[in-house]
Amino acid sequence: MQEILYQLFGPNSELREIIGLTLVMSIFSTVISAAIGIPLGTWLGLTEFRGKKTWLKINSTLMGLPPVLVGLLVFLLLSHSGPLGKLSLLFSLPAMVIAQVILISPIITGMTANLIAINASTINETCLGLGIRPGKKLQLVLQDFKWDYLLNILAGFGRSIAEVGAVQMVGGNIQYKTRVMTTAIMMETNMGQFEQALALGLVLLVIAFVVNFAVQSLRTRISDD
Amino acid sequence: MKKLFFVLMMGVLLVGAIGCQTQVEKKPIRMSTTTSVNDSGLMAYLQPEFEKATGYKLEITSAGSGAAIKKGETGDADILLVHSKAAEEAFVAQGFDEQRISFMYNFFVIVGPADDPAGVKGSATAADAFKAIAAKGASFVTRGDKSGTNSAELKIWKDAGLAPDPATDTWYKNIGAGMGQALNTASEMQAYTISDKATYLANKGKLEILLEDVADMKNTYSMIAITPKRFAETNLAGAQAFIDWVKTEKARDLIAKYGVEQYGQALFFNLD
Repeated sequence: MQEILYQLFGPNSELREIIGLTLVMSIFSTVISAAIGIPLGTWLGLTEFRGKKTWLKINSTLMGLPPVLVGLLVFLLLSHSGPLGKLSLLFSLPAMVIAQVILISPIITGMTANLIAINASTINETCLGLGIRPGKKLQLVLQDFKWDYLLNILAGFGRSIAEVGAVQMVGGNIQYKTRVMTTAIMMETNMGQFEQALALGLVLLVIAFVVNFAVQSLRTRISDD
Repeated sequence: MKKLFFVLMMGVLLVGAIGCQTQVEKKPIRMSTTTSVNDSGLMAYLQPEFEKATGYKLEITSAGSGAAIKKGETGDADILLVHSKAAEEAFVAQGFDEQRISFMYNFFVIVGPADDPAGVKGSATAADAFKAIAAKGASFVTRGDKSGTNSAELKIWKDAGLAPDPATDTWYKNIGAGMGQALNTASEMQAYTISDKATYLANKGKLEILLEDVADMKNTYSMIAITPKRFAETNLAGAQAFIDWVKTEKARDLIAKYGVEQYGQALFFNLD
């Protein structure tokens, strides 16, 4: 226990680097996925159009994409023998963010679309009745459902922190560059260094708990409104 | 109808029980080996021959030598096949082994990009080559996983009077992984790395051998049978069977021939 605390708050901490990299990666992934997922999900929830059911089905399928498959595809895309090889993005933080965005955007989109679709008829009727223009309508929706949106974003964040397969494949687990908590745990376990793996696991658990606690608090807050 | 079903079920259970009985005689052998040995394809090559000759089944797991040896400590292996002399000797000193036999060797090679930016080619020793790489700041992939290969690599840095630190020397990339992955990563990055020749030939990628056959890169493999005194279920008979089989003419011949047809050269050499 002392060991962990020393590593967390002591000098030259590799543990802090790993935590830092994890948070940077997850925050970028979540923000970008939310920027895609929330507007798209909201629009899908509110709008009726031909082929809507198909698009929702496609999104559902994307939500179920196996992370290792995404890892493989992004790896092949960014590899020097692949189409985007010239960008030299493989084994970097941006590569990890790309893979995570592919995994998490459908999740946020799907959850948002669901959430909005349930309320869609009410929203649409009210806005029609009051003669509210689309721009203002969007603004009102964002305001009214902001806690629900935040819930979805936090779910996306929780997902991104826990990702290991895709992130290992495209990141390469390079010390101080792309080594995040999950890949570090896997590595320490493979090396038989179980104490280190457990220490990392403990920190990851604490972060996961904090996020989940926030999610639960929001849920109660929403149901109280 | 019920009676028929009952009889059938008893029949199935009986057959199952008898079937299981015949399997119990030869317990599977849990072999813990290193990623270098596994990624070179040697075990996949030897395994069917061994199993056919002795009737034992081999269950092989691979990890860096450090982790592979740890499995012997925690009772998760019956036999170790590793190449990390210092770690092996520490293991033996603690009395965890029944016997340790060095049986095979090969050489490490320094591989890297074909254009050799650091000018490694023609170095007299591996230490000299490492000095050149550090001086140039050329990308170098290290396994950083307490494996036999990693230990050998660190010893060469030490002999060169250098101590690269991934925190400050950004050309020194520590990936914490096995040999196959190290080679793939180095190939992607067009970086230098050290590898055993066997695994390199099986995972060439876009790397070339830039230095080989120098004295400070000899690599010896040993088998360690785990003592049954610490964990009762240790399969000493199985471990012994493997050790005995490796010493046979047939096995030695197989080892000497491995890689000749595919790569035009032997990858492992028998110790006499």
